Amino acid sequence: MSGGTSLTTHLHELHVSLGARMVPFAGYDMPVQYTGIIAEHLHTRSGAGLFDVGHMGQGRLTGAGAAAALETLVPGDITGLAEGRMRYTQLTNEHGGILDDLMVSKISDAIFLVVNASRKESDFAHIAEGVGSDAALEILADRALIALQGPKAAAVLGRHVRGVAEMKFMTISAVDVMGAECLVSRSGYTGEDGYEISIPGESAVEIAKALLAESEVEPIGLGARDTLRLEAGLCLYGNDIDDTTTPVEAGLTWSIAKRHEEGGFPGAPVIQQQIADGPERRRVGLKPDGKAPVRAHAEIRGKLGETVGEVTSGGFGPTVDGPVAMGYVKSEHAGAGTPVDIMVRGKPLPATVVRLPFVEQRYFRG
Amino acid sequence: MADMKFTKEHEWIAVDGDVGTVGISEYAQEQLGDVVFVEVPDVGKSFNRGDEAAVVESVKAASEVYAPVDGEIVEVNSGLEDAPGTVNEDALGGGWFFKIRINDASQLDELMDKAAYDAYTAELD
Repeated sequence: MSGGTSLTTHLHELHVSLGARMVPFAGYDMPVQYTGIIAEHLHTRSGAGLFDVGHMGQGRLTGAGAAAALETLVPGDITGLAEGRMRYTQLTNEHGGILDDLMVSKISDAIFLVVNASRKESDFAHIAEGVGSDAALEILADRALIALQGPKAAAVLGRHVRGVAEMKFMTISAVDVMGAECLVSRSGYTGEDGYEISIPGESAVEIAKALLAESEVEPIGLGARDTLRLEAGLCLYGNDIDDTTTPVEAGLTWSIAKRHEEGGFPGAPVIQQQIADGPERRRVGLKPDGKAPVRAHAEIRGKLGETVGEVTSGGFGPTVDGPVAMGYVKSEHAGAGTPVDIMVRGKPLPATVVRLPFVEQRYFRG
Repeated sequence: MADMKFTKEHEWIAVDGDVGTVGISEYAQEQLGDVVFVEVPDVGKSFNRGDEAAVVESVKAASEVYAPVDGEIVEVNSGLEDAPGTVNEDALGGGWFFKIRINDASQLDELMDKAAYDAYTAELD
């Protein structure tokens, strides 16, 4: 591996023993696939897939003012978060751009955070500085994180942990999993029902192996994680959102709390104005009419040949059984059904703007 | 079919008379993973050695297939349009991309035979 040593998760040896193809990702040596991306993707949509997401950053904010302090950094409603509930939000900059997107949970009188692997160092520095003396940030570097996703996930985990099958989407619970103190949330990044489980590092291999021993469960690599989230219309930080895109442009206005229309977080004036007037560009789904995939950074043109935007994620969707993409277009081209051309190897490939997701999300809402 | 020769870019060419059939190696299909789209050149088009002649796309990325010799395309594997996975299943056979009329047979001498190619890919891992 070039560039010297890379980091590993608690499950690294398990991936290697399972025959995974390992690739560098966000500084970690991670499994991109075991048997093949398409087979793993389809298995997750029909059975249950086990993902190692231990490269992501986990943190814990404590102190009476923790929720209010974090709320000064994100447009989401954190002070209104009830015990056992979680919320998707973004760290924003003064221009309304997104520094990272993250999951925020209220559990056991603390705020539990999960941030992207590639952003965790800067996120935690930013959060620690932002909350100041109003909260204490503890980085949970020795915890593993796995996801169990798919229509069979609840049945599988329910065999090992009482009560998890009844949990609703976007709730979190501190539970004993095979003798380890875990945080189980009903959430994920595939569009399927499922769980993410934060595990004390020393118990990660045992729990992962026990879940993999279930007949419905297969290990799933980062390759299928990406195709699953793309079909589900979910943003990948660094591709679909970054510090130059706002939550409004990205179609994430649903995650911005009503009370924050009053402001009080970085970039609020920009975001408030975009909510009021509509943004100049919007993230949309793109369905190529033919079979050729379109990839990130491909130019999107209107039917007069003018540039109207750029693809931010694109590839082959195994469930759709064809190419799928998302990208930003000028708002006048953002309506579902708008025909566009996507430039691939110098040729315009016809495509249609579509509503996201490509595959219906199947979350468990009770 | 005559012996296969291999390029450093992982194409193979099997020569029959003055026509070479071109595909990608077992090693290449393995590295690519699931092939989901193939774009073959137009019949009649001419290429110099090293030109991009075809495109093979896996789930993750697009890769070029280069002409291993100078020549003109005389036939393409149109079956790959509907069954791109043939490249994974039968890279050295049914997964061929195109046939090229070879301008200069001496260019073949600069390619690797199977033993040399196997040694080359072993070094890459």
